[in-house]
Amino acid sequence: MKLITHNMLTSKCLKGVLTGYPLAINAIDVKVNEVDYNPEFITRIIPKLDWEVLWTAADSIGHSEGLPKVIEPKYEENEEFLKKAHKVLLEVEVEEGHLTCPESGRQFPISKGIPNMLLTEAEVQ
Amino acid sequence: METPYQNHIDKADFDYVYEPAEDSFLLIDALEKDLKYLKAKNPMLCLEVGSGSGVIITALAMALPNTFCMSTDVNLRACVMSKLTANYNKVQLESINMDLATSTRDNIFDVVIFNPPYVVTETAECGGRDIAASWAGGVKGREVTDRLLDMIPKKLAKNGTFYLLLIKENIPDEVIKIMSEHGFKYEMVIERKVKNEHQFVFKFY
Repeated sequence: MKLITHNMLTSKCLKGVLTGYPLAINAIDVKVNEVDYNPEFITRIIPKLDWEVLWTAADSIGHSEGLPKVIEPKYEENEEFLKKAHKVLLEVEVEEGHLTCPESGRQFPISKGIPNMLLTEAEVQ
Repeated sequence: METPYQNHIDKADFDYVYEPAEDSFLLIDALEKDLKYLKAKNPMLCLEVGSGSGVIITALAMALPNTFCMSTDVNLRACVMSKLTANYNKVQLESINMDLATSTRDNIFDVVIFNPPYVVTETAECGGRDIAASWAGGVKGREVTDRLLDMIPKKLAKNGTFYLLLIKENIPDEVIKIMSEHGFKYEMVIERKVKNEHQFVFKFY
């Protein structure tokens, strides 16, 4: 699971949960896989992200070094920043571990890089 | 659009995951036919719901290198296979073991694709997490599709597009009506008669 994906996941569909966001990450195995750098994509995706959630997620798995807590103005011209954002969004991957709902504590296992977000019928709103 | 390589897949795995068939390729053909529209749209995030082997979303990821692709499936083996198919064809894909799009944030996907379990069956037959989940559609072959239709307005980004494969028995006119009530226009992108099935791909936008 890449951190861009983590930014898009919520456990809001759990019964009794209001936002279910962000999910906490507990990582057992984190890998860095090289991905082609595409500054155009990174520049466009940033406004769609919850940056604070991305920063906290990166920090929780030891990859926040050099990543600004707040997006700077004119970030699209800052190559160093875009490369760092690229790495954190697309190259860092949680292979094994789990995600935890911030409200209910429900855990979602991550195995072979695939989060298991399946719920039982009784758990759904 | 290029058809992704699939020769990395062990044939025995298709006992557990839907093997790409005419419907899968019709959806790829529909995306290819609409590629100019898709390229002009330049989507940031695409999601395939129920990706099975991953052949469709991999074909799209290959055609749209500036797009980040995600896939979901209730069947874990399908999630694993989708990811392998993407990797084998040298594109990025994030695969999540999830029911439809229930655990994704709202209004983020520029494109959503769905080749649903469309076969008309008893209600009891659909809703599982194994190979039957890939084809058993319950009443009108629409029980799973209708659940996704209700999610689409929430999950699509502003100006997002939804591609859906249907067969005649699914009563496409009813689906068009449901989507128009959600405020969507439609277009029939492609249709094909194959064996005993009349398949269509609709686009809602």
